[in-house]
Parts: sequence; structure tokens; C-alpha cells
Amino acid sequence: MKKGWISYPYIIWMLIFIVVPLLLVLYYSVTASTASGTAFTLENFEKFMQPIYVKVLVRSIALALISTFICLVLGYPVAMILAGRNLKKKSLLVLLFIIPMWMNFLLRTYAWMTILERNGLINTFLGTLGLPQLNILYTDSAVALGMVYNFLPFMVLPIFSVMSKIDMSLIEAAEDLGSNSITVFRKVTFPLSLPGVVSGITMVFMPAVTTFVISNLLGGSQYTLIGNLIEDQFMRVYDWNFGSAVSIIMMLLILASMGIMNRYDKDDAGGGLF
Amino acid sequence: MKNTIKKLYLFIMYAFLYAPVIILIIFSFNGSKSRAHWDGFTFKWYGELFRDKQILTSLYYTIAVALLASIIATIMGTAAAVGIHNMGRLKKSMVMNLTYLPVLNPDIVTGISLMILFIFLNLKLGFLTLLLAHISFNIPYVILSVLPKLKQLNRNLHEAALDLGATPFFAFRRVILPEIMPGIITGFLLAFTLSLDDFIVSFFTTGSGVSTLSITIYSMARRGINPKINALSTIMFIAVLVLLLLINRRTSGTAASGSNARETAKLSNLL
Repeated sequence: MKKGWISYPYIIWMLIFIVVPLLLVLYYSVTASTASGTAFTLENFEKFMQPIYVKVLVRSIALALISTFICLVLGYPVAMILAGRNLKKKSLLVLLFIIPMWMNFLLRTYAWMTILERNGLINTFLGTLGLPQLNILYTDSAVALGMVYNFLPFMVLPIFSVMSKIDMSLIEAAEDLGSNSITVFRKVTFPLSLPGVVSGITMVFMPAVTTFVISNLLGGSQYTLIGNLIEDQFMRVYDWNFGSAVSIIMMLLILASMGIMNRYDKDDAGGGLF
Repeated sequence: MKNTIKKLYLFIMYAFLYAPVIILIIFSFNGSKSRAHWDGFTFKWYGELFRDKQILTSLYYTIAVALLASIIATIMGTAAAVGIHNMGRLKKSMVMNLTYLPVLNPDIVTGISLMILFIFLNLKLGFLTLLLAHISFNIPYVILSVLPKLKQLNRNLHEAALDLGATPFFAFRRVILPEIMPGIITGFLLAFTLSLDDFIVSFFTTGSGVSTLSITIYSMARRGINPKINALSTIMFIAVLVLLLLINRRTSGTAASGSNARETAKLSNLL
């Protein structure tokens, strides 16, 4: 069976539509158009070192980390309950957890504007109780909330799938040997669930750090994360060189964090059991 | 006691997940265009939906692009998977790295890089560029769904067919194809739903006059979304819900794994 050639159309396609475009981004990031044509330069990267852009980067990473942490704290118990031993209608409950994702995510994010805005549902509710108003919309909290809301399933599902594969006899063995439920969790269940936690963290952090939609809708028009910065450069400012440089920095950031998470993943998979 | 706490916690989390969805559905029956005030129950948005040119056009483009892109990606991806499966070790790992590239790249980078390419090639941004972009990010998912099926395949079957006098093409069609069909169908469905759902790549690769539902919604979001969009989403949401619950009842478990497959792809898409 020598049929390698039938994949050539695909390879050519991918070279044209994936590799070449990325090379073009790289090309734009290290050039600048001057009066006499284009010239090689690193000024686009230098520009990013300015305090206002560094602040954008730091804020994006901080917000993504906070959202990831909240997702982990909220999501881990959900995964644990769903993977529980004697849960009735398990598959239906898991399905119910996924179903909201079938509604357009822009619309769901938009719905949060309805809930959070000045005359929105939360404030109407607080008002009828005579409580002070909350102004969450167009702040960091609203963006973090949007991220947690949109990416929570990405934390729950990997942890759930790892947890439902845990060998029950290990837990029973620990119980037979006299561990109470806290020790069982600390010494058996939690270490075994770590691979799921690691992929959950990666799956929430990556989209959170690259988003521009959530910050645009819930953070207001002045709100800038690194994703917004890129979008701005390409759709409004038309500075492709700087936009490309920011994209390259973002890709490096993603690659670096994926490298770190992969290392942990391997460490835990090896050491978790013993 | 412990069970009550568990149930309560699950209930709160589900309420958190469903609150925006329920609000969207409720406001599709709202008498006025306001997104905050309730002005009586009405069905009028459902009627007006089918007379709104902008929404119907975006619905048409959404479905046309998703359908075309997923069909083309399925054909090319399946062929590619068969080819990759038969490659030598070194070549295979090179091509697989190429395949993982768009899966691991952030969507926004895929979007802007394709936009640069299309403008560089002097292609007018519009339906064609949108389609090319969707095919490009769909193919890897088809390959990643078909390859595992090829690995499970017993190589002797194909040789047996050839020994019995089948032409290579006949052997492929009657022996290999039926075996890898589940993978091809999974790949197609994945590609279709990913296309249907995509906003970021489409946002950067389409031009004026051609917008998908996601893009229309995004452009409306600042000014306030028309309740007709709520009505359309309600219809689509309920259709999916009924379908999933029916499948879940008939084959308990497979539905969950089916949507998990989609999730996994979406997840890895976001990675």
C-alpha cells in the first residue's frame, strides 16, 4: 500500500494556507515600510516594550490566571460530583452541562450585559430589596466573569473524564485500609485527577489569554487585552507590522505556557500513583 | 446531608450556566425591543424573523460555508489520512506537525495570518476567502478523527481483497472505506459544527456584504441585539436540545460521548 501521494493535495493546501500565512506574519513583524520601501527592523518588538503595552500584556496574563483559578475552584467539585459513584442519570447531567455551549457564545456573553448593566436584572433585583446598586459591567470583574462563564466547561470536562476513569478498587482499598474520606481524597483521588486538572488549566488559560470578544463586550470599548491590541492593529489602526509583532509575542507566550504545562503533566502522570 | 450539599452545589452551577440562555429565550417573547424591560408576551419576533433579509442572508451564508467547507475538508482530510497512514516514520511525523499547527495556534493568529495572505494574494475578502479559511481550519480535525480508525484497521484485509482479484480502488471502496466510515462521519460532523460556531477566523477573513450569523450578532451587540436574533437562537437551541435528548433516550451514553467528541475538538481547537 504505497499511497502517500493522495495526501499531497492536503500538504500543498496546508503549505499555502497555514505555513505561508504564518511566515507572512513573521515577515511583517520584522519589517517596517519606509519611504524607500520595506526594511528589516526590530522596532515593532521594541515598541511593545513600552510601558502601556507591557501593562496590556501583564493585565491579560493576570486576568487569564485569575479566571483559570476561579474555574478550577468552581469546576473541580462539579467534576467530582458528576464522576461520583452513585449518581443517578449521570449521562443526562453531563449532557445538560454541555448543552448551553450549543447556543452561540456571543449571544450568551451578550446576555450577561443584560444581567449586569446599570438597569439590568441584578440591579433591579437589588433595588427591590433596597440594597445598593452594583456597577460591574465594563470592569475587570465583568471580563473575568465572562471568561469563567464561557470556559468553565473546559475545566470541568477534562477533570470529569479523568476522574470517571479512576479505578474504584484503589479508593476501596484505601478505605479498607482505614483512611477517612479526606485522606482518600488527598492521597488517592486528587493525585490521580491531576492530569485532568493540568489539561483543564491549559484549556481555560489559552482561550482566556487570547480573547478579544469577551473583553470587547463586557469590558467596554476602551478596555484592552492583548487580543484587543491585535484586533485593533489589523481592523482599525492598520499597523500590520506592529500587529504581527504582537501576534508573534502571543504565540511565544502560548508555546511557553504549553511547554510548562506539558512538563507538569508528565511529572504527575509518573509520580501521581506512588 | 452530604448529598443535599452536592445537589445544591450542582443546582447553583447549572443555574449559573443556564441563566443567560434562559434570559435570551425569555426576551425573544418580549413585547418591546428593550433588553431590560418586560413589555408583555408576544410571538411577533418569530414572524418577523422570516422576513428579515439581513438575518436570513447571514443564516444562509453560515450554513452554506459550513456545509461546503466540511464536505471539502472531509474529502481532502480522508484522502490525506489514508496517505499519512501509509507514510514512512519521518515523513509522517513531519506532516503530523503540520496538521497540529492550526489546532494549537490561537484562533486570532490563524485569522489574521489568513487575512494577510488573502490581501497579499489580492483576493477580495468575501465568500471565497471565508470558505478557504474554513476548509483550512477544518481539515486537521477530519484527519485526527479518521487516523485512529485507520490504525485499528487490519492490514491483511486489504491484501486479502487484492489477492482475491480486486483492483486497488475496488478494495479501498469495499473493504477500507466501510471500516473507517465512523471516523469519517465523526470528522464531518466535527468540521460542520466547528464551522457553524466559528466567529474569530470568520471575522478576519470575510469582507463587506458577506457575514455569518456570529458576525451579524457581534456587529449588533454594541447597539443592542434585535429580539429576532433571540428568536432564531431559541429555535436553533431547542432543535439541538430535542435532538440530543432523543438520542440520549434511545442510546443512553452515546449521545454524551458524541457531544464529548465535539467538545474535545472544540477544546483542542482553543488550545
